[in-house]
Amino acid sequence: MKAAVVLLPGLNRDRDMIAALTKISGQAPQTVWQTESAIDDDVDLIVIPGGFSYGDYLRCGAIAARMPVMQAVREKAERGTRVIGVCNGFQILLEAGLLPGALMRNASLKFVCREVRLEVANADTAFTRGYSQGQIIRCPVAHHDGNYFAEADTLKRIEDGGQVAFRYTAETNPNGSVNNIAGIVNEAGNVLGMMPHPENLIESAHGGADGRALFEAALGLVDA
Amino acid sequence: MSISNTFPITEDLIAAHGLKPDEYQRILDLIGREPSFTELGIFSAMWNEHCSYKSSKKWLKTLPTTGPRVLQGPGENAGVVDIGDGDCVVFKMESHNHPSYIEPYQGAATGVGGILRDVFTMGARPIAAMNALRFGAPDHPKTRHLVSGVVAGVGGYGNSFGVPTVGGEVEFDARYNGNCLVNAFAAGIAKTDGIFLSEAKGVGLPVVYLGAKTGRDGVGGATMASAEFDESIEEKRPTVQVGDPFTEKCLLEACLELMQTGAVIAIQDMGAAGLTCSAVEMGAKGDLGIELDLDKVPVREERMSAYEMMLSESQERMLMVLEPSKEEVAKAIFVKWGLDFAIVGKTTDDLRFRVLHQGEEVANLPIKELGDEAPEYDREWRELGGLSPLATSDVEEPDDYAQALLDLLGSPNNASRRWVWEQYDTLIQGNSLQIPGGDAGVVRVDGHATKALAFSSDVTPRYVEANPFEGGKQAVAECWRNLTATGAEPLAATDNLNFGNPERPEIMGQLVMAIQGIGEACRALDFPIVSGNVSLYNETNGEAILPTPTIGGVGLIPDWGHMARIGGAKAGDAVILIGGDGSHLGQSAWMRDCLQRAEGAPPPVDLMVERRNGDFIRSAIRNDLVTSCHDISSGGLAIALAEMAMASDLGLKLDLSDCQGPAHALLFGEDQARYVITVPADLAAYVTASAEGAGVPFRKLGTVAGSSLHIEGILSVPLGALRNAHESWFPSFMDTPAALAAE
Repeated sequence: MKAAVVLLPGLNRDRDMIAALTKISGQAPQTVWQTESAIDDDVDLIVIPGGFSYGDYLRCGAIAARMPVMQAVREKAERGTRVIGVCNGFQILLEAGLLPGALMRNASLKFVCREVRLEVANADTAFTRGYSQGQIIRCPVAHHDGNYFAEADTLKRIEDGGQVAFRYTAETNPNGSVNNIAGIVNEAGNVLGMMPHPENLIESAHGGADGRALFEAALGLVDA
Repeated sequence: MSISNTFPITEDLIAAHGLKPDEYQRILDLIGREPSFTELGIFSAMWNEHCSYKSSKKWLKTLPTTGPRVLQGPGENAGVVDIGDGDCVVFKMESHNHPSYIEPYQGAATGVGGILRDVFTMGARPIAAMNALRFGAPDHPKTRHLVSGVVAGVGGYGNSFGVPTVGGEVEFDARYNGNCLVNAFAAGIAKTDGIFLSEAKGVGLPVVYLGAKTGRDGVGGATMASAEFDESIEEKRPTVQVGDPFTEKCLLEACLELMQTGAVIAIQDMGAAGLTCSAVEMGAKGDLGIELDLDKVPVREERMSAYEMMLSESQERMLMVLEPSKEEVAKAIFVKWGLDFAIVGKTTDDLRFRVLHQGEEVANLPIKELGDEAPEYDREWRELGGLSPLATSDVEEPDDYAQALLDLLGSPNNASRRWVWEQYDTLIQGNSLQIPGGDAGVVRVDGHATKALAFSSDVTPRYVEANPFEGGKQAVAECWRNLTATGAEPLAATDNLNFGNPERPEIMGQLVMAIQGIGEACRALDFPIVSGNVSLYNETNGEAILPTPTIGGVGLIPDWGHMARIGGAKAGDAVILIGGDGSHLGQSAWMRDCLQRAEGAPPPVDLMVERRNGDFIRSAIRNDLVTSCHDISSGGLAIALAEMAMASDLGLKLDLSDCQGPAHALLFGEDQARYVITVPADLAAYVTASAEGAGVPFRKLGTVAGSSLHIEGILSVPLGALRNAHESWFPSFMDTPAALAAE
């Protein structure tokens, strides 16, 4: 499979993401600059990495969601291409309307960088099938605005529809997210947004490789 | 309508620019006429303490700054040290004390921004940051506000820029009540053949302004940072700059792209005294004149005067000399990143610094003299120290050692700093091997399979106060020791010297003797100083801070597969003390924090012993003999053992009955050159025999076992109680309702 990483000014975990995808797939992903309005047909995984696009000076992800490249991402997503947004990437996908809900400031009102535990809430998605249902994995977080919220009807819909991919374990929820939600997929199941950083836990130097299975699944390296 | 440059130069105006009468006379002698208003501002910017090092230069020259690996010593934006394979590490530490006290969030944020810019101006991508922070007493009404603002500011800038903060210090003392310290360190990696310097070359070449637009923020900041504080401090808020990490991140990427194109002949970031300092430095270093046309400078405010533009400390700006044939490609890069790119002047052959504004020449000064002829003082200083060591018999033993340990472990200066460093992104870039909480931060070197760099920032101000010479030595030795405790070879260091008013002989004595101590230790340990910064006048209403010469060190780990951490001990491992038994209680953390006694001489540092013991530790780590390692510093053996037990999540079963001396000195003494290691049981005899062979004192203390820190006949504390004491102080201090009320 061929992967592409979206680049926007202010994103800063792009190099982490490119390194992770390169190490796991054996080939460097394509990069797509914010002003490009088309993504190659043969790209089957698009990743929007973390950071502070446009400084997050407006609502996180709000400016990025309106750049030409996001129209290209939307078109690819509608045709079934897999899309992952991590951290600021998740915020951008929400602002772009590709995923439901919103991310508010952490309940602590502070930036938080630490390792949390995630429960795989739905192991039957294109991104999580390398894990088992209910498996608890380690994963770092690093964000200021990761407090997931959706109003009651939406929340019920995503819960009932199995759209919650990852939950923080109750005792490690770092930001006050409703229902401990850490990551969700869209209804079609081809777009994933998550606050934690699986790309920072893929090799022994990171002290573990719990994040690796996510990329292996997304890249089609895990048997369906 | 033109903006006036013709303010009358009065005595008050000269004094308001921080220039002494004799300094002003020097200006008159130099240019042979009265300076214009803008020229007065330029002199004030170039000749203040912050930019000219006029009180410290004489002594800084005595520091060792060279070595086989040193590619660039002090004098450039940052020091450069060879790490092999065509790579080098570029690093520096710099203070932002005064601005952070006035406006903690922006002061700290722009401190981080400034040091990052120093590093990437030289062509290096920043890979690690540290912050050494010092605040007033926890119960001082401003302390929470400053801690909360400074920590948020450090995080706000560094996290957004995208550099992992892997180390630092946080300390409280009433002597910082009116003057907190924010010392920011950054390191980057560059190719040894891709280092960019500030020395301009070639006549008639374009001088280009890069980055963010110029506003009125920070006008006069460097002059402010060279004065003491008094009650009028609130009026100085407008001299603090405002940081924009997003623009800095774009500037980093644009500069690194630009440097690949061959367009950059010389480059200098605009830090203190902005456009003035950067232009003068580039010209003076290259023996060239510089002409600037201020009408071409991108501005974000209307009707800025020449004076304001020349002294603005607006952030995220650079000045460079451009290879003219590359103008189009260079400009395209800056347009892509949404940044300004403007040709604002040219290099000349007349050695003049000429500034034009609205068709008028507002300054015309000799460029070499502006930098080189700054006043240099040989200030009077007084010999200090001379305190006798405190006899252990003069200190009563505690009734309850377990309680004494818990009190110390949970005291403001020894409690866990997790509350602080969890607000910093410690993991970004994916190379962090050791994050705060251990002896040193460690990051992998990108593009190399096994290489890593270790970073540590250290100083023990109470030792420096008691004896500046020994304290200066100790700051270097502890930094060297912390790097060594990971298995790293200490390469070089940067110094950030924070002191009070040098016009007072006792303060000057602290500065002189501390530099002498630092120099002696750096020479003995082959640990040269390659960059640094001096921050003087850290006083409020005549009360000086504790003398605080912070040392930021860098070490090289050839293979991080053979590295040690504070945690990682296995049940059954032997626990071995390297170095002698604890005996020195004078100036110890335990006496200060639990007995409220600051007495006696600080622990002496025997640099030969330091080196011998450290070399033994490093070799043991690299030979995979060690499962965990920690140095013994503030709080002595007791704190070191507690921290190791918590980090490994395993108990220790120990017996000190073979040790010499009373238990309080054994546990809390801060004798130098010591480490605790854990070693697999079957290797313990080999390790101790090797220590004996190397002439290194050692003592087997016991084994890793159980779930308590148990010292036979002295104390036994469950891990949970240790952790509770260690982890709870900071969050409860910062997150209590009183903290909210204070903001």
